[in-house]
Amino acid sequence: MYVAVKGGERAIENAHRLLAHERRGDRDVPELSLDQISGQLSLGVDRVMTEGSLYDRELAALAMKQARGDMIEAIFLVRAFRATLPRFGATDPVDTGHMQVRRRISSTFKDIPGGQILGPTFDYTHRLLDPQLAEGFSPERPATGEASIAAMPRVTDILGRDGLIETSPEADADTPVGDLTREPLSFPADRDLRLQNLARADEGFLLALGYSTQRGYGRTHPFAGEIRFGEVEVEFMAEDAGFAVPLGSIAMTECQMVNQFKGSATEAPCFTRGYGLAFGQSERKTMSMALVDRSLRARELGEEVVAAAQDEEFVMSHSDNVQATGFVEHLKLPHYVDFQSELGLLRKLRKEFAEANEASPMQEAAE
Amino acid sequence: MMASDESQSNESAGQARRKAAMAVLAHSEAAEISGRLGTIALPAHENLREPENGLVMVRGRVGGDGAPFNLGEATVSRAAVRLSTGEVGFGYTLGRDRQKAQMIALCDAMVQSDQFADLVEAKVVAPLRAAVIAGRNRKAAETAATRVDFYTLVRGEG
Repeated sequence: MYVAVKGGERAIENAHRLLAHERRGDRDVPELSLDQISGQLSLGVDRVMTEGSLYDRELAALAMKQARGDMIEAIFLVRAFRATLPRFGATDPVDTGHMQVRRRISSTFKDIPGGQILGPTFDYTHRLLDPQLAEGFSPERPATGEASIAAMPRVTDILGRDGLIETSPEADADTPVGDLTREPLSFPADRDLRLQNLARADEGFLLALGYSTQRGYGRTHPFAGEIRFGEVEVEFMAEDAGFAVPLGSIAMTECQMVNQFKGSATEAPCFTRGYGLAFGQSERKTMSMALVDRSLRARELGEEVVAAAQDEEFVMSHSDNVQATGFVEHLKLPHYVDFQSELGLLRKLRKEFAEANEASPMQEAAE
Repeated sequence: MMASDESQSNESAGQARRKAAMAVLAHSEAAEISGRLGTIALPAHENLREPENGLVMVRGRVGGDGAPFNLGEATVSRAAVRLSTGEVGFGYTLGRDRQKAQMIALCDAMVQSDQFADLVEAKVVAPLRAAVIAGRNRKAAETAATRVDFYTLVRGEG
């Protein structure tokens, strides 16, 4: 059997040249700059950073441009770039309680210390297409108000003071923080690994799973205790300097889901929690993440595992869109040899079938 | 005992000053730092660590306040500079601008130098700090305008 394995080089080269031409679009129209993408398609950039698992706005914008707006391709490019740089270490865990908040809402309490702050949101817009934006539009400067110096405690901290909600699991100094970029996944997986997996997971996949829990497939009775978005300071313990050095700030979104109770003969019932955290303004992502984080705690909380969103092996093995697209899309690569062997087998089976039918047509008819 | 306490507190005061300057510089644009550094006569210095790019794994905490987990990486740049008078400065910043890390390292070395500390504070760090604070205040004011003021409608004759 002859299989062509050579001869595609020129076609590939020309295909990439054609791709570059199509990516550029109409050459009479100005080319997109990275600043335009970063500034005006900022939520797309946030998604590429979150799922690409790399905080760098400029690189994410470049990836979106190179991928012609194909988000998963852009995420793939960012993931590949990560492999080109050495890792200096891990930052100190960020303190979202001291976030410079740009948005902060709670659906559980109307009057929360620090207030309900809407920030830049699509909520309460009418979802009507705006023709003004089609023809060049200069929006009004934002309104300003008097900034409050009051602290903005997390809603879960407020509930925690009365013991109404479970406390977060404490750090165990003897156990290193799990890192799925360094060690292959194994199951059962602890919550640190699950959250890392969910943080870089495909937003659509998590959205569908989170939605499935609301519709009854692993019900968790959630309330959005709090969603906050803003800048958090990042510090890194620099061995050479000998102290934790400030690196600057990172925009993040955090979602605290408050879910129905657990309790036992010895422990008073209290609310349980699901947690979501992501780079940039990624509200749908963190809400979905928090729903799935909670449903994946079924084993820990003694709940019966009956639905996909509660099955950590199912969720964690299929959440990564770079892995998923790699396996799905590899089907379009040449499988000529595999296919030839299947074809040969099928021909043999059909021949046997035909021979069997020819040999005893009457017998079959009699049965 | 007294002496050791005092030297420790001196050390931490020095460290706090360095961290405060580093924070301002990390939050500033490279062009602004470079513009400010251009206004002073810089001391002789050499690179102790050539400016380089790398990654840090950014960590969050379960529930915001619990055990740490790995959220995702961020690009960083770092550098180390030594003044001819011996002070060693370190520069770390988010992003891939190696030049910026090098300038932060130079400023950190000057912050530790008796001769240059006041100058770099007055000509570089203080004006950048004012700009960073102004930027933060502007954002805070824009955000504050979106705070919800609930009011209750009173119904009926009471």
